[in-house]
Amino acid sequence: MTMNSTGRPTAPTSVSAAAIETVSGSRGLLQHEDLLFEIGTPETTGVDLPKPKGLKSRLGGVARKVDTGLPGLSEPQAVRHYMRLSQKNYAIDLGLFPLGSCTMKHNPRLNEKMARLPGFGDIHPLQPQATVQGALELIDELATWLKTLTNMPAVAMSPKAGAHGELCGLLAIRQALIARGDGETRKRMLVPESAHGTNPATAAQCGFIVDEIKANKRGRVDMADLKAKLEKSEDVAGIMLTNPNTCGLFETDIREIADLIHKAGGYFYCDGANFNAIVGRVRPGDLGVDAMHINLHKTFSTPHGGGGPGSGPTVLSEALAPFAPVPFVVKDEDGIFRLVEQVDGEASESFGRMVAFHGQMGMFVRALAYMLSHGADGLKQAAEDAVLNANYIQARLKHVMSPAFDGYCMHEALFSDAFTADGIETIDIAKALIDEGYHPMTMYFPLVVHGAMLIEPTETESKAELDRFCDALESIARRAAQGDDTLKGAPYLAPAKRLDETRAARKPVLKWAAPDASKVAAE
Amino acid sequence: MRYLPLTPEDRASMLATIGAKSVDDFYTDVPEAARLKGKVPGLPDHQGELAVERHLTRLAAKNRSASSGPFFVGAGAYKHHVPATVDMIIQRSEFLTTYTPYQPEIAQGTLQTLFEFQTQVAALTAMDVANASMYDGSTACAEAAVMAARVTRRKKVILSGGLHPHYAAATRLLCEAQGLEVVQLPVAIDGEGELAKAVDGETACVIGQSPNVFGTVTDLSGVADAAHGKGALLVSVFTEAVSLGMVTPPGEMGADIAAGEGQSIGNGLNFGGPYVGLFSVRDKLVRQMPGRLCGETVDADGNRGFVLTLSTREQHIRRDKATSNICTNSGLCALAFTSHMTLLGGKGLKQLAELNHEAAVELADALTSVKGVELLTPRFFNEFAIRTPMDAEAVLAMLDEAGIVGGVRASRLFPGDHLGDVILIAATECTTADDIAAYADALKEII
Amino acid sequence: MTTYYTKDHEWIRVEGDTGTVGITAYAAGQLGDVVYVELPESGAKIAKGDGFAVVESVKAASDVYAPISGSVVEANTGLADAPEKVNEAAEGDAWFVRIKIADPGELDGLMDEAAYTAYCEGL
Ligand SMILES: Cc1ncc(COP(=O)(O)O)c(C=O)c1O
Repeated sequence: MTMNSTGRPTAPTSVSAAAIETVSGSRGLLQHEDLLFEIGTPETTGVDLPKPKGLKSRLGGVARKVDTGLPGLSEPQAVRHYMRLSQKNYAIDLGLFPLGSCTMKHNPRLNEKMARLPGFGDIHPLQPQATVQGALELIDELATWLKTLTNMPAVAMSPKAGAHGELCGLLAIRQALIARGDGETRKRMLVPESAHGTNPATAAQCGFIVDEIKANKRGRVDMADLKAKLEKSEDVAGIMLTNPNTCGLFETDIREIADLIHKAGGYFYCDGANFNAIVGRVRPGDLGVDAMHINLHKTFSTPHGGGGPGSGPTVLSEALAPFAPVPFVVKDEDGIFRLVEQVDGEASESFGRMVAFHGQMGMFVRALAYMLSHGADGLKQAAEDAVLNANYIQARLKHVMSPAFDGYCMHEALFSDAFTADGIETIDIAKALIDEGYHPMTMYFPLVVHGAMLIEPTETESKAELDRFCDALESIARRAAQGDDTLKGAPYLAPAKRLDETRAARKPVLKWAAPDASKVAAE
Repeated sequence: MRYLPLTPEDRASMLATIGAKSVDDFYTDVPEAARLKGKVPGLPDHQGELAVERHLTRLAAKNRSASSGPFFVGAGAYKHHVPATVDMIIQRSEFLTTYTPYQPEIAQGTLQTLFEFQTQVAALTAMDVANASMYDGSTACAEAAVMAARVTRRKKVILSGGLHPHYAAATRLLCEAQGLEVVQLPVAIDGEGELAKAVDGETACVIGQSPNVFGTVTDLSGVADAAHGKGALLVSVFTEAVSLGMVTPPGEMGADIAAGEGQSIGNGLNFGGPYVGLFSVRDKLVRQMPGRLCGETVDADGNRGFVLTLSTREQHIRRDKATSNICTNSGLCALAFTSHMTLLGGKGLKQLAELNHEAAVELADALTSVKGVELLTPRFFNEFAIRTPMDAEAVLAMLDEAGIVGGVRASRLFPGDHLGDVILIAATECTTADDIAAYADALKEII
Repeated sequence: MTTYYTKDHEWIRVEGDTGTVGITAYAAGQLGDVVYVELPESGAKIAKGDGFAVVESVKAASDVYAPISGSVVEANTGLADAPEKVNEAAEGDAWFVRIKIADPGELDGLMDEAAYTAYCEGL
């Protein structure tokens, strides 16, 4: 034979990964990365700027005394810094992200491309309006879509996110009450106990007093409690109701609730965070709503970006429309678009300005690209698929987990922790999902369900993906029911183990500090 | 439809598993009268990528972009260069398409960048602690005012006459909704110092801005002393974050709260949003801060890690007693900010600031060399106000014909304040010598 | 020296006209790891039933209600740096405030230790 001396093992031998220690701190593809402040220096920079000429300063002595001392990185170092960090994140582009109430759906890249057109991304909010007619037209077109989908006569486009939209709606209600002469007396805002935290927080920010209403056994507003709360109605400003609600259920009595609140002299604010379940099938304007924010970063797929930005246009009824904030876009008879920016003339009843400039234009472009792509037919189909997917998950898991309520759900399936053995909690199930390669569901919200697990798959998951997810969660649920203690240590396979939140809160370290030189020397 | 993976067969088999006849079964709680029979009327059906792109590109083409010619608009948003790397980083799926880092084990990427962002913002503003961002500068300013009222248990908020009018409006709105009294000092180009005289024993805070909306830079130390002497706080506002590279920052002037706009670093103009609000405070005020905070800790193996912390301030826990209702903030814009800042480094930012300042100095000199043009801003960083012998709107329209976007007429921001002949003008590192010459030449022609 | 308890899980130990107030070990256990305690300043006037302090865990913030009216003589400022003491010694070192009692008659409706223990068992 001819001797081959280049032979090497081609079949693997098995050693447990846990046993392998590395010198670098990296683990294969998962690269270790220190803080910017530990790897950069203040002298380093990743940009090439021309040298200043050394002109005489016109700051008049109002000059910074102490340099920031902030480190920089060269471009290749910076790219690696952020790429390595990115590898420690889960993302919708990686897999199912069933965070209930958050509507983590696919974010089309077309939307990103459109938002970056110089005609949208590189225009200034205060340049002459004649030079931004296309931008104003886009805002007007998006406003038309939102008004049509909700069957509402007006929309305020400037709110920056859902909570800011809530503020917009409640400020409109406040202004309407003031205009009626009821501003001082009507201060009570009814808020179901299942509401998202932003609802009571917004009401309080607006100077209203929150009055909680109970949920009934079916997860909806307890009508008896509502009626009792409305018996004495002279101080009622309105109600803030989420629909579909935070339990993932449509409020069956919504028309009656709207009528009751109107009869009591109040207004109906609807939290539209869950619009994705009904868009294209049900129009909130047909339900008696006076104001509703729409999270473009939920229903209309603008990316969440790890916490924002969002956008929260707020539709308004005939009763509240006159009080809408400035600015808004009007189209004059000559076809020219115009911004109304001051509280006078056609905006003389406006409650004022909530924010600098005109709202989240970057999000408007993305949302409109999404709406145009889907169209009226596609949006309806999207809502139906979102609801179908959630009901499929509920059907597949209801035998091993505990559905919080009977019957079908809308776009999210809600379970309580009733099925778990003593000592196993919702958080353990959530963390075990991480090891299976999923982002956990929303946990411990809404507050009305013990150990709540709120699962929102959205419409952009295939059946195969849903089945894989259900298989994983089903097996975890069985382990939880049997009291499998290994769940308490999960996740085992994530970039980090469970973090010590007590320590973080007791002795907050909220920024990097240079190590104390004397201590370093002593070591 | 390209965004929907379910096939008709999938739908049928899933309905069978569920035991429902059709999706209509899921909507039976909807009142009969509100059930649409078909699609929402009045809207088009779905379209392919090409058609959507064509439509939106047509709209975009109707707008004049800031890069397409000499451009001098500032007043709260600024045309700066954003490195290509920044845009690449914020388009990484792992940052772009993830949620608020509620599950820290699989969000260390976002959390570490937030921790770095907070550290940078604290250092830039020379304050102790920064949060993980607000919507923008104007809402940061409004939140600072109501926070000051909470801290001092007082009800009066005083706004300088140099505060950006949009910031003043947003602040007034929130304060009045909470029953606070807002005192707006008269418009003054160099009036930040007046705040010291206005403060009294009922004042919760005074809000000053440097550089202010007319570009005037002011050392607010005297205002801080006056405020502290009466038990009030100083809120120091800025709209141009690049100024922090060379102008006296809030912390060096004794501010208790710094609130500003971070758009200038890493973020494009975007017709006004999304931007990123910067918010920082003195240590002792941390528990009254609005917004998210990221903190350092360790994981079960003892490795360093980061989590959202001090959440009992926030709406999801404290509900109607929360320090703010903010939930979604400006995460991705904060990432753009921090990654651009990382590329710059402290030295790079200083150099960038100097380039901005020099461009503005040269522009101011060139414009005031035109007979009849008066420079109104006594001390400035990268923007200033001029008075022209003609109506500002007419001047800007004629400049426009010469292909120059010459600034913002002051009367757009201050409609009733007799500033019809005043133009607010900004220069940045993007402003070239040719741009400056073109502006001065055109102005000479016009006047 | 007598100790009284409230249904909201505060305790008050009375010595002469001074009452030392804290939260019960049962309440501390329910809260989980205490991470922060917000206390009133000395001299503050408090009225029975009003929230006078806040105790926080990572995921919850709870108001602490005054079991009696009076003025704060001393607040346990040490808790600011060592909130964990509330978990370790809720009914001992981790007292919240000492109050000069305005009206001892207000103690009448409160529970004694045996009644409080029975009350907690029923929860
Ligand atoms: C039901 C509900 N309401 C309101 C909000 C607040 O929206 P945003 O985060 O956009 O401010 C959310 C989002 O988290 C939500 O789920």
